[in-house]
Amino acid sequence: MTALTPVLPDAPQGGTPGKGSTTAARKSQRFSNGKRGLEPWLYLAPAFIVLIALLGYPIFQLINVSLYDYRQAQVSGKAPLNFVGLGNYQKLFADPQFWTVLGNTVVFATACVVFTLLVGSSLAVLATRLRPWVRSMLFVVSLGAWATPAVTGSAVWLFLFDPTLGLVNKTLVSIGLTQFQGYSWTYDKWSAFGLVASEVVWCSFPFVLVTVYAGIQAIPTEVIEAARIDGASMPRIARSIMLPMLRPIVIVVTIQSIIWNFKIFSQIYIMTNGGGIAGQNLVLNVYGYQQAFAASLYGLGSALGVIMTALLMVITLVYLRILKRTGEAL
Amino acid sequence: MKLARSAAAIAIAALALTACAPPTSNNAASSSDEQTGTVRVWLFSEVNQDPKSAVVKEAVTEFEAAHNGAKIDVQYIPVDSRAERFKAAFNDPSSAPDVAEFGNTDLASYVASGGLADVTEDIKSWDEAKDLDQKILDTTEIDGKNYGVPWFVGVRALYYRTDLLQQLGLQVPKTLDEVETVARAIRAANPDLLGISVGGAAQFSAMPYLWANGGEIATKEGDKFVSKLDSAESREGVAAYARLLKDDICPAQTCAEFGGNASVQQFIAGKSAMTIGGDFNYKAVAASAIKDKFAVVPVPGKTAGSIAPAFAGGNNLGVFNSSERRTLAADFVKLLASKKYQQKMFDSMGNLPTFSDVQKSVAENNKQVEPFINTLGAGTKFVPVTENWSTIDAQGVFTGMYQKVVTGKADVNTATTEAATAMNTAFGSK
Repeated sequence: MTALTPVLPDAPQGGTPGKGSTTAARKSQRFSNGKRGLEPWLYLAPAFIVLIALLGYPIFQLINVSLYDYRQAQVSGKAPLNFVGLGNYQKLFADPQFWTVLGNTVVFATACVVFTLLVGSSLAVLATRLRPWVRSMLFVVSLGAWATPAVTGSAVWLFLFDPTLGLVNKTLVSIGLTQFQGYSWTYDKWSAFGLVASEVVWCSFPFVLVTVYAGIQAIPTEVIEAARIDGASMPRIARSIMLPMLRPIVIVVTIQSIIWNFKIFSQIYIMTNGGGIAGQNLVLNVYGYQQAFAASLYGLGSALGVIMTALLMVITLVYLRILKRTGEAL
Repeated sequence: MKLARSAAAIAIAALALTACAPPTSNNAASSSDEQTGTVRVWLFSEVNQDPKSAVVKEAVTEFEAAHNGAKIDVQYIPVDSRAERFKAAFNDPSSAPDVAEFGNTDLASYVASGGLADVTEDIKSWDEAKDLDQKILDTTEIDGKNYGVPWFVGVRALYYRTDLLQQLGLQVPKTLDEVETVARAIRAANPDLLGISVGGAAQFSAMPYLWANGGEIATKEGDKFVSKLDSAESREGVAAYARLLKDDICPAQTCAEFGGNASVQQFIAGKSAMTIGGDFNYKAVAASAIKDKFAVVPVPGKTAGSIAPAFAGGNNLGVFNSSERRTLAADFVKLLASKKYQQKMFDSMGNLPTFSDVQKSVAENNKQVEPFINTLGAGTKFVPVTENWSTIDAQGVFTGMYQKVVTGKADVNTATTEAATAMNTAFGSK
């Protein structure tokens, strides 16, 4: 049991910074030493069982499959199953396309995360200053964007940006920018990525908006008033009072955004027709789909899946680590 | 204690990894061959489904009358989700049909999955089989065995606007070079029109250029395919096609992303003077606003009077390996793919028959299919018949090559070398 107790302090996801988590850790230490050692585990058992069934087993099979030469012929029993160890990973790492795709993914996802957070937070701050009915309008409109399924949203954006019939090009041409006559937004690699990123930001900023807005509302007005009485300017209040108090929320929103945006599939798949001209807009998830399902290279596709999972875990952990080092405990 | 425990955990994990191989299913051929019961059939659903259903129904009635105790259960499956359907059927033979319609480019990967039964003997003992178009029958052959019966073919030819050519006093192109010059001349006179709408992703429009120039996608050497895209002839073909996707004919900005369908849509919408379209597109063109202003000729070859080899697309009927009613299934395939029913399918759906004699007779009676039948008669070609082709196709190796050239990301030599290398990697992974 002792080997496992260090896991426990993280279990109570306390939003209270500072003392809260250390007391929890001390408490659990006491429990595990006493005769109630098994009890917390009993309470956690249902959650663990569900997690293992829904998460543990698929990840196990993902890793497992990635170690084999596993194609359709092997699945249906026509060809012998070969254990290739890290062969699939070697193949990927030796393929320059993999590195290009990885680079694309990092740049694209980072841009999406940054812009989603910027747009969402700015609108959240704006929302606190709007009149109630304007605010309601803002929320209704952005929730509409949020509620739109990725596939539908992508298709609508494609219509809007259609080279000849799209509203955007027509408008641009009508105000005199004739170079947009028949301009294809998906022809150039970065213009295509930009278009998809805009759609992604459009459909994911409402989550940031709502969450951060709720966070701002939860800041006790007394604290802000006290700061104001002490003579703090508005920027100063934002920097020294509001931001630190919003920290837990910003962290959650950022991690969510990172995970979502690294996993983007539908938008790229639909808007760039499966990865763009000569595969210029492939990101890891679409690349993985292309290899695993379209090309039936399940082993190779699984290796990509494992890399993707590992990458996301590393990014998340590093991010948490940096935050822990620069500030107080979460 | 701690150390021992984690060592044990690692050992167990390692054991679990090596001992539990990923799941595989047993897809061995069924040993039983029952003469009664239900034969399940999968056919593709069509946009215009009724005429197809009517012909199939007729065949089912005829079959059931001739086979006592046998029933045919036809299901129409969507073409778009066929990959999932077929894979699921191969993985779980109990949910598999006995007979299925499938695209001929999918055949090799289905055979590699062990899903299709060898029907060589059935074809040999079938009296109508001698009239099957040999080039088309070849597309069903792997290592000397046939795994399907060609049901209908689809070939592409050159559609052009008669009015536009006439206005400029241009002759109908007789060589591939003339296609280019005519297209350029039309766009020069009508800057709003594409000279010929072709696409960077329209692989079957690009193939005639490759083959007419003497190039090949790949040839079989020993038991393996080797890509020939980097040969001088292939490069010439790739370059010739890529010249069409230039600003003075079909600008890459617009056309690089077009697939075959999109390029035909441009023609239908009256936005292009020519296109390479299939016999299956004819109805849509004939129903459009330009219906009185177009004609079709075979895609010309290098020299005047020759015809560029076309890609022999089409669908087969095959028997599933797991079928418990193999004889009944093969009999139904032979009935539905017979001359009689191919003729009926042509009459109702316009599907081009796979028998040379039936092709001739339909061409004589139907002027509009003549260019397509002539194209078939001139000899068609096909993609490499190997399971790896579906991988190459899914990775976009072939179309990616053209797109790289037309977007200026690579020159012809680099792009063809890259594509050849990628293909050889895929061919080698057998």
